[in-house]
Amino acid sequence: MKVKSPLEIYRYLPQTNCGECGYDTCMSFAAQIIERTVKPTDCPPLVKEAEKNPKVKKKLEELIEITSPEVKEVIIGKGDKAVKIGGEDVLHRHELTFFNPTALFYDVWDTLDDKEIDERCSKVVEYRKFYVGEFLTLDGIAVRCTSNDPKRFREVVKRVAGYGKPMILVSLNPECMRAALEEVAEERPLIYAATEDNWREFLELALEFKVPVVVRSKDLNKLKSLAVTFKEAGVEDIVLDPVTEPVGEGLKGTFERVIQLRRTAILGEDKDVAYPIMITPIAAWALEADEVSKAYWETVIASIFIVKYGDVMILHCLEPYAIMPIVTLRYNIYTDPRTPVQVEPGLREINNPSPDDPVFITTNFALTYYTVESDLTSGNIKGWLLVLDTEGLGVEVSVAGGQFTAAKVKDLIKETKIEEKVNHRYLIIPGLAARLQGAIEDETGWKVLVGPMDSGRIKGWLEQHWPPKEK
Amino acid sequence: AKFEPYKVEYPGKIEEVTLGATRAEGGTREVTITVGGERSLAFYTFDAEMPHLPVIAIDVFDRRPMLAKAVREHYEDVLDDPAEWARKAVREFGADLVTLHLISTDPLLDDRPASEAAKTVEEVLQAVKVPLIIGGSGNKEKDPEVLEKAAEVAEGERVMLASATLDMDWERIGNAAKKYGHVVLSWTQMDINNQKTLNRYLLKRVGLPRDSLIMDPTTAALGYGLDYAFTNMERIRISGLRGDQDLNFPISSGTTNAWGAREAWMKDSPIEEDTPWGPRELRGPIWEIVTGLTLALAGVDIFMMMHPGAVAVLKEIINTLAG
Ligand code: B12
Ligand code: SF4
Repeated sequence: MKVKSPLEIYRYLPQTNCGECGYDTCMSFAAQIIERTVKPTDCPPLVKEAEKNPKVKKKLEELIEITSPEVKEVIIGKGDKAVKIGGEDVLHRHELTFFNPTALFYDVWDTLDDKEIDERCSKVVEYRKFYVGEFLTLDGIAVRCTSNDPKRFREVVKRVAGYGKPMILVSLNPECMRAALEEVAEERPLIYAATEDNWREFLELALEFKVPVVVRSKDLNKLKSLAVTFKEAGVEDIVLDPVTEPVGEGLKGTFERVIQLRRTAILGEDKDVAYPIMITPIAAWALEADEVSKAYWETVIASIFIVKYGDVMILHCLEPYAIMPIVTLRYNIYTDPRTPVQVEPGLREINNPSPDDPVFITTNFALTYYTVESDLTSGNIKGWLLVLDTEGLGVEVSVAGGQFTAAKVKDLIKETKIEEKVNHRYLIIPGLAARLQGAIEDETGWKVLVGPMDSGRIKGWLEQHWPPKEK
Repeated sequence: AKFEPYKVEYPGKIEEVTLGATRAEGGTREVTITVGGERSLAFYTFDAEMPHLPVIAIDVFDRRPMLAKAVREHYEDVLDDPAEWARKAVREFGADLVTLHLISTDPLLDDRPASEAAKTVEEVLQAVKVPLIIGGSGNKEKDPEVLEKAAEVAEGERVMLASATLDMDWERIGNAAKKYGHVVLSWTQMDINNQKTLNRYLLKRVGLPRDSLIMDPTTAALGYGLDYAFTNMERIRISGLRGDQDLNFPISSGTTNAWGAREAWMKDSPIEEDTPWGPRELRGPIWEIVTGLTLALAGVDIFMMMHPGAVAVLKEIINTLAG
């Protein structure tokens, strides 16, 4: 985004503070644009006025231009399942945040039989890994044409489309690609890929079917030329593939190309390469090695480019041990560093507790809270869980930093009226908060029991310590 | 259209720090290891040459520690013999250095006296010819004494003392390093300002030479704070390259922390709705690898690790990207 201050945006707004956008003032709306939580078109009066008045329309267009991200945002798929890629503004997440997590597409190919295709598609659709209150999932399916038969490709693409996930269509053969697009262009698949050899036909396809397209070349001059040609012909949604080579000098070269592309787009302000970047970790499967080594290496390639600027990827290995680090890393790199992920403080009832059941306390850091909550729930433990507002910090950190204090525990006990809900006065605190035991007892008058270090051990601990022996 | 790559040059340079000393240099090591010297972000060799590759140290303990099964099974035969353990780490698993953790000195464990722990240091120095990192037990009161004694018996060997922290007698550890010619690991908890403060204390108040300091800004595992660790290290490295003289030192990472993540060691997911996690023998090493490789991209120069498979893969990644 070119502008850095809300003032520069304010000039373009109606300045009536009407509040229709949901913010009290145009100035706070402007600040939200800087944060990228809203878009200029979220100001209804401005949009309405622009429809009538060409002058305002021009102003709105200018505003959109100066507030659009440095790297073009491209949408694959349609409806609520669509996935956005690109749209980045910075090279390092601490400079602002990264916005659109790397989209992960897993492959099927059209020389598989239908049953195998269904198996792989189901795995992609069904994959889920719980993490800080959400399920991490996979984004889409890349359908590779290995038959080189337009009819078969079309058939398979249709079958895969039935799963409702965004798709990448993979074939260098324009005829196969055309056949597939005739079937599923409506779904807005990403087509892969236009090269030095087939670009004329692919340009036609991209224009005719209005689908986003990958341009591919190892030579960055040629890659840029392709992007410029497509742009000038009227294709807006372009993705760059600088070719992922899986090992040695090749992988090193890939790393260099990806960084040069993104750095030149953002710092060099070269709009001709300011597009999302495609990485194909699946290239690891061309290596001579055993399955696990190939899966590991694919995970390695994916990880490198989740950290460094890969916006969309085609992968192969559907083994959970390979997927899990990839989706977790993606979440970590793409969380907004400006705010810790936190949950509402307060009281949670776990598994319909009775007044005799134990009372636990934890913090409102999402990672901490969900770990504890899931350990209690899945361990079939009945209990009352107090969630302390530690400003989104974990147990040890907030004890060390003074956000987890006896006084705050006292307030929380009051606010949640837990004393009316249970008929005992025992509070179980995390092992890592042991040093607060005395202070909390003094402050609240409750008896404090120090629980285990890891909430995963609460179940075993309760067997020994609950109900409490001494009264 | 011609693609003109945007050029980036930094004014600063990361200090070069050498660990270990050969006979000619007053020690008994057969190899020494130098880290640092970067003038660009990690592996950006198109900006500036990377004079030294990141290296891997394998952890050795002077008493049985708690280890994940997948790690322990590789060390089962040497768990009670630190010298053998070190030898195995170097010979079989390709460790560039060895980190000896003197955890038996912990008053809550064996409370072994510093002078006795120092004997283990001598044994390990005998057993391997690579440079050594010597760690205490993490006990703030006792570590200064333990590391001082270790520094004394390792005089001339240019070991790294791990670690000095703000909430202990860092001065004593710094002085020991200065007196016996060692390097200090300056360890802070994910706070760039604290890292600056501690480094400045060690350099200015203790008078530690600039070529004798390495930083550990704290490693959190993939899924358990890696986002903080990555960004903290990346910011520290960029500040150093931009010329911040309090932060332009090599970085060390306790990558073994990755094994604390439940995804690395638990039998399967405690969450019913999760897709089954798959065999943990395969999950653990890749968890350590991905944690390490992410931090390698942030600028880490020394990785402290444990699983031999993870060590091998991270080495391959480093060699590939550095070219
Ligand atoms: C990530 C991290 C940070 C992040 C925090 C992000 C956040 N949102 O919390 C940042 C960078 C901000 C940070 C800052 C600091 N940190 Co810090 N940080 C860590 C780190 C690496 C991981 C902590 C974590 O997230 N763990 C994962 C969560 C899920 O764990 P958890 O909250 O403890 O929950 C578990 C258990 O407590 C238990 N549990 C939780 N609730 C309950 C409830 C019951 C009833 C039971 C029985 C169990 C239970 O089960 C959970 C799952 O296992 C640790 C080191 C490490 N590797 O552990 C240091 C660490 C916690 N930090 C530390 C310190 C000192 C700090 C700072 C004070 C540094 C400084 N000087 O500025 C600041 C404090 C900031 C503040 N409070 O103002 C020290 C704490 C030392 C101590 N014991 O006092 C640690 C241990 C590092 C170290 N080895 O020295 N830190
Ligand atoms: S809707 Fe538009 S005019 Fe009204 S307050 Fe929001 S920004 Fe201002």
